[in-house]
Amino acid sequence: MTAGERFAEWFGLELFQRYGAQLLDGLLLTLQLVALSSSVGMVLGVLLALGRTSRWRSLQYGCRAYVYFFRGSPLLAQLFLIYYGLGSFHGFWRDLGLWGWFGDPWFCALLAFTLNTAAYQAEIFRGGLLSVPRAHYEAATALGLNRTTTFFKVTMPQVLIVTVGPLGNELILIIKASAIVSLVTLLDLMGVAKLAFSRTFDFQVYVWVALVYLLVVECVRRGVNRLDRRLTQHLRPTDE
Amino acid sequence: MGSSMQLKRLICPPAPVVIDVEGLSKWYGPYQVLHGIDLRVVQGERIVLCGTSGSGKSTLIRCLNRLEPAQQGRIQVLGADVSASPTHCRAALREVGMVFQGFNLFPHLTVLQNCVLAPVAVRGMPRDSAQDQAMALLKKVGIDQHWKKYPSQLSGGQQQRVAIARALCMAPKIMLFDEPTSALDPEAVGEVLDVMVMLAESGMTLLCVTHEMGFARQVAGRVLFLDGGRIIEDQPPEAFFTAPQTPRAQAFLAQVLG
Repeated sequence: MTAGERFAEWFGLELFQRYGAQLLDGLLLTLQLVALSSSVGMVLGVLLALGRTSRWRSLQYGCRAYVYFFRGSPLLAQLFLIYYGLGSFHGFWRDLGLWGWFGDPWFCALLAFTLNTAAYQAEIFRGGLLSVPRAHYEAATALGLNRTTTFFKVTMPQVLIVTVGPLGNELILIIKASAIVSLVTLLDLMGVAKLAFSRTFDFQVYVWVALVYLLVVECVRRGVNRLDRRLTQHLRPTDE
Repeated sequence: MGSSMQLKRLICPPAPVVIDVEGLSKWYGPYQVLHGIDLRVVQGERIVLCGTSGSGKSTLIRCLNRLEPAQQGRIQVLGADVSASPTHCRAALREVGMVFQGFNLFPHLTVLQNCVLAPVAVRGMPRDSAQDQAMALLKKVGIDQHWKKYPSQLSGGQQQRVAIARALCMAPKIMLFDEPTSALDPEAVGEVLDVMVMLAESGMTLLCVTHEMGFARQVAGRVLFLDGGRIIEDQPPEAFFTAPQTPRAQAFLAQVLG
């Protein structure tokens, strides 16, 4: 064995030759799932947070129950509940013409992740909403701003400033948690790794995949830091 | 001065009533803060409200622009019934500006953005003319060189002057001041009072809750003294400061003027 071959074996380079393209596809699937579920979950999370802070009691309790359930049970259980549990009513879904969705592991995973992250993000946003001082709402009222303008121009920018850090954490958690979708037959990054391992019994594939997750998380961390710095520029003294 | 005022009153028709409050009462829980307040303000009047803390002066002016709901009585501002539904008086309340004790500038917006927001969003003013107007008003309060800065980068006095400019950007007919200098250090009080004096001299209708008796003496047309949720004195400043009629006002003045 030449030195080059030894090196290639040691670093599992032939793994890349055989599974590289699939691993890339898996990574793309992971990123798609995370991006879609986080952004839809963000909209849902804001609505849930508004519900939790609203004056309307029944809405408050409804949103609280939602958050209570989705934060209080394992994400894996929620995924199985949707994929196997709701999937078992295939007659019903077929009648509604929705079997194409609920029979599809990709859609079920997306649904589970969206519903789950929405609950966590709702709690983050609720904290953000409560941090905006009443005085700012009074100033907005005194200026004649209506509720929509106040929400988008006064409330939300301030909420985003305090929530960008926690939201970044939640995004990182979701990226890592997304590995469990491999359990419902999806070939995400982890799914491809499992497949490759089952065929080659070369554990290095897990090392490489872990490094890819690490890299993705590092990119997110940097992005969030940069965003945070941009959003909080008003808190720093000027250089003028 | 006095005779020319009388002459003016003879020649000109009486100024219209812009604020008309009748029997306004309000409770915080079981505690009654306002006891059947009656108050009429005509256009161009400059009124200073004073009284000990808890006397209801802030609550009274906060009722005028609906920051506090009135529970009993009738409030008319610029002909609109403020005690009725909010949609009913929205247009009228756009003409009422307010300056707060804590400035209440939006911290995530620059000085200029703070001033431009409402004219663009509420009045539908084009952005560049709103900016031009804002810069002109910022110049008037002497803070135009800081237009790019964020509120946290300004001193208290500067922030309050921005808050005044921001309110003026809506071109209000009435300005309410709720203890505008109470949160300022003594040096900054003067710069804010100067702006308010300038505003008073421009003929703006002005209601101001303040403990600055020098300011009251200088600009007020009427001084209202509140105690226990009632207006117990309503006099021109000379009369109020030299011969207060109620023992409460006498005690208050003795305290404040030391």
